[in-house]
Amino acid sequence: MTQTDKKPVLECKGLHRYLGDPEQRVHVLKGVDLQLFRGNTYAIVGPSGCGKSTLLYTLGLLDRQNEGTILVDGIDVSKSNEDQRTRIRNEKIGFVFQFHFLLPEFTTTENIMIPMWKRGNRKTLTMERRAHMLLQSVGLGDKTERLANRLSGGEQQRVAVARALANDPPIVLADEPTGNLDVKNSNIVFELLYQLSKRNNQAVLIVTHNPDIARRCDYILKMRDGVFTASESAG
Amino acid sequence: MSPNFRIAVRFLLSKKRSMLMSLAGIVLGVGLFIVAQANTTGFEKLFIKTVLGANGAVRVQDKFQETLTSIQIEQEDTGRQFEFGRASGRKYRPGVEHADKVIESLYQFSNVLAASKVLRGAIDVSNNFKAEPAQLFGIEKDMHMLVSDLEEQIVFGSMLDFQRNPRGALVGLALAERMMIEPGDSILFTVGDESHRVLVSGIYETGYRDIDRERIFIDINQARRILKRPHQTSYIQVSLFDVEKADDDRYLMESVVQHIVAPWQEREKVWLQVFQAVRISAMISLSSIIFISGLGMFSTLAIIIMEKTREIAILRSIGYTRRDVTHIFIWQGFIVTVVGILTGWLTGATLTLVASRLPIRIRGIFSTDSFVVDWSIWHYVIAGMIAFIFVMTASIIPSRRAAKLEPGDVIRGTSG
Repeated sequence: MTQTDKKPVLECKGLHRYLGDPEQRVHVLKGVDLQLFRGNTYAIVGPSGCGKSTLLYTLGLLDRQNEGTILVDGIDVSKSNEDQRTRIRNEKIGFVFQFHFLLPEFTTTENIMIPMWKRGNRKTLTMERRAHMLLQSVGLGDKTERLANRLSGGEQQRVAVARALANDPPIVLADEPTGNLDVKNSNIVFELLYQLSKRNNQAVLIVTHNPDIARRCDYILKMRDGVFTASESAG
Repeated sequence: MSPNFRIAVRFLLSKKRSMLMSLAGIVLGVGLFIVAQANTTGFEKLFIKTVLGANGAVRVQDKFQETLTSIQIEQEDTGRQFEFGRASGRKYRPGVEHADKVIESLYQFSNVLAASKVLRGAIDVSNNFKAEPAQLFGIEKDMHMLVSDLEEQIVFGSMLDFQRNPRGALVGLALAERMMIEPGDSILFTVGDESHRVLVSGIYETGYRDIDRERIFIDINQARRILKRPHQTSYIQVSLFDVEKADDDRYLMESVVQHIVAPWQEREKVWLQVFQAVRISAMISLSSIIFISGLGMFSTLAIIIMEKTREIAILRSIGYTRRDVTHIFIWQGFIVTVVGILTGWLTGATLTLVASRLPIRIRGIFSTDSFVVDWSIWHYVIAGMIAFIFVMTASIIPSRRAAKLEPGDVIRGTSG
């Protein structure tokens, strides 16, 4: 899992995570080590309940590990406070979930601009142009002013992909991004993630149950009982 | 425009119906609060104006008098002297002593506008129709106009005639109606065995029924002759530049003139307390409407938060802090509150205007033929403050709960 010639953009060492009540807690992640590099697509596969999503949320700083360290762009964020973690999520990490989670009251353009508004490093016009460019890149250039709830499921997930890329994050974390889509839309969404990660030199980590999607990633990481059991280059 | 505000506006617009209900409550509460305060304060001010117009801001009444007499006694055995007080033999003398000197002293007070002597006494008044008991008020005709609104209160007849005619009298409307008296009529005053005929110059109406049904004004010298109390003054009626300071001026005046000084606040304490109680009662009952609107806002925001947990989670995951989430929902409460207050102010002003034109005939403690309102910025400020405190407090609680949502838990739960 290491690529010694480059510096990992996301790295975790000895990651442990327990879930549930203190009396009946489940040891979900049992010392996970992982390094992700820019320009690569990684698939985590494994049976349900093995800790794939927990790992993704922990790496995405949506959840806090019980033990271990997480480095984003070489910076240890394991002990960062809530505000620092939120800022890192805004600037360094893009999320795509099984459900699109678009805000239905906003247009597609605005949904993509929401992370940019928060970051506030661009002028409104620049944000709007970037949102249009991203919509163009996911094939929705003609639906820039459409309300999010007026799109089909596949289109909504493509907008969610565009939103994940809004702030040009070096890391994209996707939790079963195609899990709710038909085969055709699954392929479209995966291809988008894959191609955009190459074009933008981003590390993409996808949790999936779909073996076809996993096979098309650069690396497949097999997980069982809270640890990686194998990793292989899919290419 | 801040992103939090922008998101808040959209969330708000997505719940138009619930928000409109909360908004309507605030508008109604604020509007009714304002109109109720405008009315109660309006009537209270009219009452005060009536009281001041009839009885003046301050009355200088009886001279301070010892209630005990004391005699000095020498002890036979020791030769020591001591004072012995006794109540018997004392007679309380009502009225003002050396009225002109007292008036002279009163004019030393910068707040005193005018002071006028009044002699008061009980009489029987009669005409061809009937006889009634009445109170005769002897006044200094010119000066009394400066310490009362008597001139403005003439409803029939002429003040000029009253001032020119030494035997002229002004009769209260209620008494005049009971006795069928009209200007130009001759009436008879009876005191003891003597009767005196006077001419009715005019009929006045203060609106204060107790005054209008028993007071008859005549020249003070005539009154002294009729009542057989030459040189006597029952009280001095005083008008002030700033009537609100009457109560404050009272103690200094008392120490200077050595007479009992009764400011209007003390004389009309009971009625003023009634008005205050009505005003506070209206304030409490109408604040409860605003309070209920606050509860409405609370439940609306709580529902929005329940429905928007996924959106909150995604906002958190893409970089919005807990504070941002709190602000998004507080903004919603703020927008509804501000729109509610502004619309409530407009509604209150419109209702107040409509109320002021509603015909209603009231006689008793004042006289009016329409609803009386008082336009005060403070009614709007207080209504706005109450609405702001209630609704914003109700908004903060669910907003803080929204911020506590853990995005990971929500998204994981949704993903199954």
